[in-house]
Amino acid sequence: MKSSEGTFQGVWTLGEQRDGEISSVSYELLAWGRELADKRSTTLASVVLGHNVKGKVDGLIQHGADVVYVVDHPGLEHFTPDVHAAILEKLVREFMPEIFIASATTYGRTVMPVLAAKTETGLTADCTELDIDPESGLLIQTRPAIGGNVMATIKTPDHRPQMSTVRPRSKKPLAKDESRKGKIVEKVYPDELFVSKVKFIEFIKDETTALPIQEAEIIVSGGKGLKDAKNFDLIHELADLLGGSVGASRQAVDMSWIPYSHQVGLSGKTVSPHLYVAAGISGAVQHIAGMSSADICVAINNDPDAPIFKVCDFGIVGDALEILPALIEKLRERKATSSEGEHKATSSKGGS
Amino acid sequence: MRIVVLVKQVPSTDKVKLDEKTGTMIRSAIEAELNPLDLYAVEEAVRVKEKMEGTEITVVSMGPPAAVNAIKEALSMGCDKGVLLSDKVFSGADTWATARTLSSGLEKLGKFDLIFSGERATDGETGQVGPSVAAQLDMPALTYVSKIREIGDGKIVVERAIEGGHEAVESSLPAMVSVVKEINEPRMPNLMGKIRARKTEVTVMTAADVGLDSSKAGLTGSPTRVVKVFYPSLSRNGTIVDGKDPDKTVEQLLQFLNDKALV
Repeated sequence: MKSSEGTFQGVWTLGEQRDGEISSVSYELLAWGRELADKRSTTLASVVLGHNVKGKVDGLIQHGADVVYVVDHPGLEHFTPDVHAAILEKLVREFMPEIFIASATTYGRTVMPVLAAKTETGLTADCTELDIDPESGLLIQTRPAIGGNVMATIKTPDHRPQMSTVRPRSKKPLAKDESRKGKIVEKVYPDELFVSKVKFIEFIKDETTALPIQEAEIIVSGGKGLKDAKNFDLIHELADLLGGSVGASRQAVDMSWIPYSHQVGLSGKTVSPHLYVAAGISGAVQHIAGMSSADICVAINNDPDAPIFKVCDFGIVGDALEILPALIEKLRERKATSSEGEHKATSSKGGS
Repeated sequence: MRIVVLVKQVPSTDKVKLDEKTGTMIRSAIEAELNPLDLYAVEEAVRVKEKMEGTEITVVSMGPPAAVNAIKEALSMGCDKGVLLSDKVFSGADTWATARTLSSGLEKLGKFDLIFSGERATDGETGQVGPSVAAQLDMPALTYVSKIREIGDGKIVVERAIEGGHEAVESSLPAMVSVVKEINEPRMPNLMGKIRARKTEVTVMTAADVGLDSSKAGLTGSPTRVVKVFYPSLSRNGTIVDGKDPDKTVEQLLQFLNDKALV
């Protein structure tokens, strides 16, 4: 849609739900949305599509939304990309938001490009920073490309809504305020709109209880320097002790020490944890591309010239196979002697 | 079955430059390769062809004339035809304009049952073009596919690698499938494949050939504008310690983590 087609106003965020429960990324997104809406002196709305969710959206208002648009239908229980995008298109065309942001999750990164194609507007992927240009009032979208080696600032001058997906964990949710008031608007559409070409069959949950690396606060990654699959257990042990998730370099994945879903880097996942521990990883540019936005990086490698040391905050030049066992032992001792909870590792829950 | 694989030629990852004026990537005069994540899409398409008789795979890309090399690489792995959408007016396209150009080209090439793409390209890293093409052609977008369970009789059953697990879904065909790396192990092209790829003529289509109004293509047809490009410094000047005495080093590390309230 062109900006000349009418008056577009308000900031929207796309809420996410799984099994009728609002996901924590929805609250993170509201923190971005609130900032943008305040700068534009406008309202902030969140949109939620699902089944049996309409009673569970108060939290969105408590975390910053002024309005919640909810569409509740059995046809939205699972992610049917065609139907979800079609309903969002209906909402966007009716209410004409100026800005619409979603999380760069598998949901957001699938439904938003479809919506952008249908509504003929721009979409900027995986932003790490959003702002409002004080002069033009346009949304300023900043995103890394080529694995963070380049940052680009992008605008959508003439098309509306201005849309972006935002990297999970790029902002902390606002504190919950139970006294906050807002409006919940339920929209009802005819049943035929909910008929999808895609049918849900089943969800196979990962065995691990650890968070997927894209959402983890703490990641312990291992690479070639661990030498074999058995030694890679040290990475799992350390991750457990720190309450984090396990990552890996491409070499470790190529040698089948760990599945691909754990790979950090250009051909794996981009992560932005609070703490990133790289053990036995030299730090090829492709790996660094995937982890350079970590708040704190600790590196263990026996090659003093390894590039990973350039991007770490604390580096140990030494054999990971000697350092890791010593570290694990010390952490165990601490855990055993410290009183319950006092020295417990930072919670790994997605920021809320 | 008629299959399309969408591929992209990307700069070899450590040799990338950006034009600071336009914010678009400079792809000429540097080493380029087939987007590594597209290899998995090509491989999966070839596997479907091996299972289903009468399958034909067309590799389609939008890019400069040199992108023919990426298409040839895909052909050498077992694809049948190659089409390159190449025109000066296509340059500087964002994901929306790219998807528009690709889908116009596909419409000209006839009906397809399946469109494969990689998860994303390693240069732009958006992953938006596949789902956008699906939307333009009114096909369901099956993204993050890690396994094809079944295919045939006008339907496909896939597993999607999503947060916290895998989701199995069934879709009618035609459909767009973007695959993740865990789906397969791409083959190395053999000599026969390389010879066949060399002999196969890649069809080049211009804006006029795809019947696309130039106002919908390239930079002009792109809703988004890159307004600034900058190179963040990744260097952190951290503390580096010698790990000859593991116990002592670990104490130092724990002190560091303690100062940061991490343990």
